[in-house]
Amino acid sequence: MATTTYLAASTRALAEEMERDPSVWALGEDLGRGGVFGQYKGLQARFGAARIADTPISEACIMGAAVGAAMAGTRPVVEMRFSDFALCATDELVNQAAKARFMFGGQATVPLVARQPIGMWRSSAAQHSQSLEAWYAHVPGLVVVAPATPADNLGLLKSAIRADDPVVYLEHKDLWAAEGDVPDGEHLVPLGVADVARAGRDVTIVTWSAMRRTSLAATETLAGEGVEAEVIDLRTLWPWDRDAVLASVERTGRLLVVHEAVTVAGFGAEIAAFVAEHLHHRLRAPVRRLGAPRIPIAYAPPLENAARVTPDAIAAAARAMLAPAAARAS
Amino acid sequence: MSPASDEARPPARNLDRERLTAHLDTMWRIRAFEEAALRGLSEGLVRGAIHPSIGQEAVAAAVCLNLARSDLILSTHRGHGHTLAKGADARAMMRELLGRAGGTCGGKGGSMHIADFSVGMLGANGVVGANIPIAVGAAHAVALRGGPEIVACFFGDGAINRGPFLEGLNWAKIFRLPVLFVCEDNAWSATTRTADLTAGEGAAARARSLGIPAQILDGNDAIGLDAAARDAIAAVRAGEGPRLLHVRTYRMTGHTAADAAGYRDAAEVEAWRARDPIARLAAALAEAGVDPARLEASRTEAAAEMADVLDDARAAPWPDLAAAFADVQDVGDPAERAY
Repeated sequence: MATTTYLAASTRALAEEMERDPSVWALGEDLGRGGVFGQYKGLQARFGAARIADTPISEACIMGAAVGAAMAGTRPVVEMRFSDFALCATDELVNQAAKARFMFGGQATVPLVARQPIGMWRSSAAQHSQSLEAWYAHVPGLVVVAPATPADNLGLLKSAIRADDPVVYLEHKDLWAAEGDVPDGEHLVPLGVADVARAGRDVTIVTWSAMRRTSLAATETLAGEGVEAEVIDLRTLWPWDRDAVLASVERTGRLLVVHEAVTVAGFGAEIAAFVAEHLHHRLRAPVRRLGAPRIPIAYAPPLENAARVTPDAIAAAARAMLAPAAARAS
Repeated sequence: MSPASDEARPPARNLDRERLTAHLDTMWRIRAFEEAALRGLSEGLVRGAIHPSIGQEAVAAAVCLNLARSDLILSTHRGHGHTLAKGADARAMMRELLGRAGGTCGGKGGSMHIADFSVGMLGANGVVGANIPIAVGAAHAVALRGGPEIVACFFGDGAINRGPFLEGLNWAKIFRLPVLFVCEDNAWSATTRTADLTAGEGAAARARSLGIPAQILDGNDAIGLDAAARDAIAAVRAGEGPRLLHVRTYRMTGHTAADAAGYRDAAEVEAWRARDPIARLAAALAEAGVDPARLEASRTEAAAEMADVLDDARAAPWPDLAAAFADVQDVGDPAERAY
């Protein structure tokens, strides 16, 4: 066990998989220089310019070429730089990668990983800050992954590269420097399995990506008030670990979904609806969702903060759910 | 800028009669397949849109018959001819058009997503120009493993106004990939004349601006196309990087089979009908001394084959309902949990 960063864990994951499987390669802008965040640092020197390929600023062709290269027998890891830029490659991801296997009757698989850094980060404004995971969860054929810790970024990226499906892999820009313990040896985290980040009896907080950290911060405040919140980090959004969520909410009777993305039609709506459909009779409080207002993310810090979910907001929402019904109504 | 013409050709007696008769056979098979498909459409058997390539058969034959079976192609929504010429089984293709079990894609793709990976046909595409980056990526994979294959990518004149055309050609050039781009210029972008929508000199000029050698060819001249395709494919296979063939041809039908194409001038259509690529090749072969009975058999055997193919597809069962849930994804397999 060693302490490492979320960023370094991803570098290690790709290096290990490229070492293990010569058909794995990466393509994207500025990768030879380490990528925009340094997550590819040292890899071109180690694996060569053919396997760590510097591409033109051609997002559609990066993703489309990865689809063709995947169908022709390689395992490309696509770097989209910012998830916002991946919208230039929407046809390639949604119409091509996600559907090729089905449309062609199983003649081909498309084993690619589309790395799309998400989230708010240093006043990056409306075109470099979005979290659009719900879009991809909506598309049959795609797997959607959003790691929150260094160990998970190592283990999930390795699993994503080994998967035969196209995987939308959403790393959070504000987590690159986050540190955590990572196992020394081979470490794989299965896709589709949640992690109980904190056990608790009173309320279940379901979250992912950077909101794991924010939610855990909120639970410290709540614990000081005698409220024990359970935090479930989904890690994979499609397929999401429904069994883990249902088992937890069955115990706590309360569900609060927290995500950085816009609340309206966010993935929290899917979780809330599913739990309401299956556990309505066990709920001790109405299901709550906490996400961003439906506004673009602004540049100025005070305005950017208007779109930010904070530990205080999470604690307040949980507190309200634990209040007696009469108090909630008021 | 004029297309390669008949004058540049060797005398008829020097034609490779056996080779070009095989091309004629393929062209007749494509036409007969599509005529059978149109009959299937009129009977209500073909359920969705089909985009016939009647009039464009020489392009598919010239390119695909100069490729090896292991070479790869990417096609368009107008892709029956490419698929058949690359060696796909006509029976499985027609079953696919009818959405039946035993179709090339198990009835899940239909005409617009027809594919046969066993012969290197990596798919038609319902999105104009989307196959260009995919073709480039397939070539990139070939280059990474140092394989001998090349990739041919067909697209129409409308596709050159989409961004992926520029992105894909640029990519193929800078990575020096083994791709033959084939722009089948049938003059119409769906139902609007492409010339009215396209700045500059078109596909070849745009390719040359990126340093990609390009030729403008008469797409209804099967003999000239064969020679040009053979040379271009040899150059691409030799590692000289991508090439582009800008092939001027004509779509004798509307955009889809349901499109009566009343927006076109009848004289224009008749002028192109007079230049029918199959009739021209048959005439050249007759002049070169090929037995007229052999030429007639080329037509009648194709018609008989495709009549059988349609009958077979008509009798084939629908796919098993489980196929709707199959081959979506392994992780989160909807066969286990789709909601």
